[in-house]
Amino acid sequence: MSSTRPSPATDDIPAVTVKGVTKRFGDTEVLQGIDLSVPTGATTCLIGPSGSGKSTLLRCIAFLEEATTGTILIHGDPLGFAEGPNGQRSRLSPQKIRAVRSRIGMVFQQFNLWPHMTALGNVCEALVTVRKMKRSEAEDLGMAQLSRVGLENRAGHYPSELSGGQQQRVAIARALALDPEILLFDEPTASLDPELTGEVLNVMRDLADSGMTLLVVTHEIGFAATVGRRIAFLDHGKLLLNGTPQELFGEPRHPRLGQFLETYLDRGAATLL
Amino acid sequence: MTLDFGLMLDKMPEILSGLWVTLWMWVVSTILGAALGFLVATARRYGPAAVNWFLKLCVEILRGTPFLVQLFLLYFGGPFVGLRLEPVPAGLIGLTIYASAYFSEIFRAGFQAVPRGHVEAAECVGLSRTQILRRIIAPEMTMLVLPQCVNMAIILIKETAILSIITVPEMTMVIGAIGSQQYAFVDAMFLLAIFYWVLVEICGFLGRLAEARLSKFRFAVS
Repeated sequence: MSSTRPSPATDDIPAVTVKGVTKRFGDTEVLQGIDLSVPTGATTCLIGPSGSGKSTLLRCIAFLEEATTGTILIHGDPLGFAEGPNGQRSRLSPQKIRAVRSRIGMVFQQFNLWPHMTALGNVCEALVTVRKMKRSEAEDLGMAQLSRVGLENRAGHYPSELSGGQQQRVAIARALALDPEILLFDEPTASLDPELTGEVLNVMRDLADSGMTLLVVTHEIGFAATVGRRIAFLDHGKLLLNGTPQELFGEPRHPRLGQFLETYLDRGAATLL
Repeated sequence: MTLDFGLMLDKMPEILSGLWVTLWMWVVSTILGAALGFLVATARRYGPAAVNWFLKLCVEILRGTPFLVQLFLLYFGGPFVGLRLEPVPAGLIGLTIYASAYFSEIFRAGFQAVPRGHVEAAECVGLSRTQILRRIIAPEMTMLVLPQCVNMAIILIKETAILSIITVPEMTMVIGAIGSQQYAFVDAMFLLAIFYWVLVEICGFLGRLAEARLSKFRFAVS
């Protein structure tokens, strides 16, 4: 592990606590009782085969999906639902939900930039509309975020004028502008070709090095192994393994994980493990 | 047959006033129809199921009957239920309601075309439902539906000709009347066709200009 990375923040409360979360779509139980805690100030990677429920879990933590049962805490504060003494859930007020959600940043596989706004406009939108900042102040802050992802000279470009990698970096800047405590990534490089994947992963590596809390759903096993402090392996809606990269990727290896990793080893990622 | 536009030149003031009536009634009913259509589409999408059902029925009736019949019912049928309208207001109301039915369908499709992820991204940065509608969905939808809106405006300018049957003094009525008086009906209709065609071309040109300006907002592809 790199020695330049700062140690996790001193507080013991995890950035995200997931307790007994299930998610049902009709008859399919996509998540079957997940317990997970995401440490503050480090990178946690969620890996697993397609359909294992890792994206659904991330979307539940972003409150884009509502967990069917269970609790999610953001630095100890309940997200969406409060749990009573007998385990019954009651929905929080929209204001409370938004207050907790505003502490989470989300980056999507499809970037989801707003096409009618420039890169800077995308980054500044919530600062002006939600945080009620002055346009000029918001633009200063937005420019700072764009230079953090190396795109200060693309501020006036529309998403259609940017490459996929640049769009994803703008999306990261947009999430960073709100100064979130946790940044969630849902397969951020899955729709990029290998060359563009690198520039996005570099930005994420810098964020990890700066001590941000990242929770990353990814198929980039090399990234997970080198940047991830914790790795969680999901399979068929269950959290099968949860530990450090050494614990998971070292020998002896869990047979199901070994089977999953073989597809990557074929592609030469073995050297990274 | 010889076309004698000299006859028409003497009547230029009347023709110009007809042109003016056509033009302003078209612009006003198009703008009001689009605004009403947007409200209908919004209410259908975000309102209760009963509202959606009722508005859907209204749209189906308006799209399922000829404008000529709707206008007759409004102008000649209105007095039976205490609604007595002058020709110009009746025409304006009739055309606006007729247009709103089509515009609402255009906007309804537009709502569905805005990617779900763009809305989710807005939710994640804390925009409220109305802010998302105003800042994200409405502008994205506008650029998506612009070509259909221009098309609808072109259809509406030709529908204004029907207003002549309830004696709105617009282009078709004025020029038609001149043609009848002068026994030059074909000449009059030919001139009329040219006028409409020029208006349609101007409308199409403005539409293309707007599309070109919006082209850089088009959806980014990865």
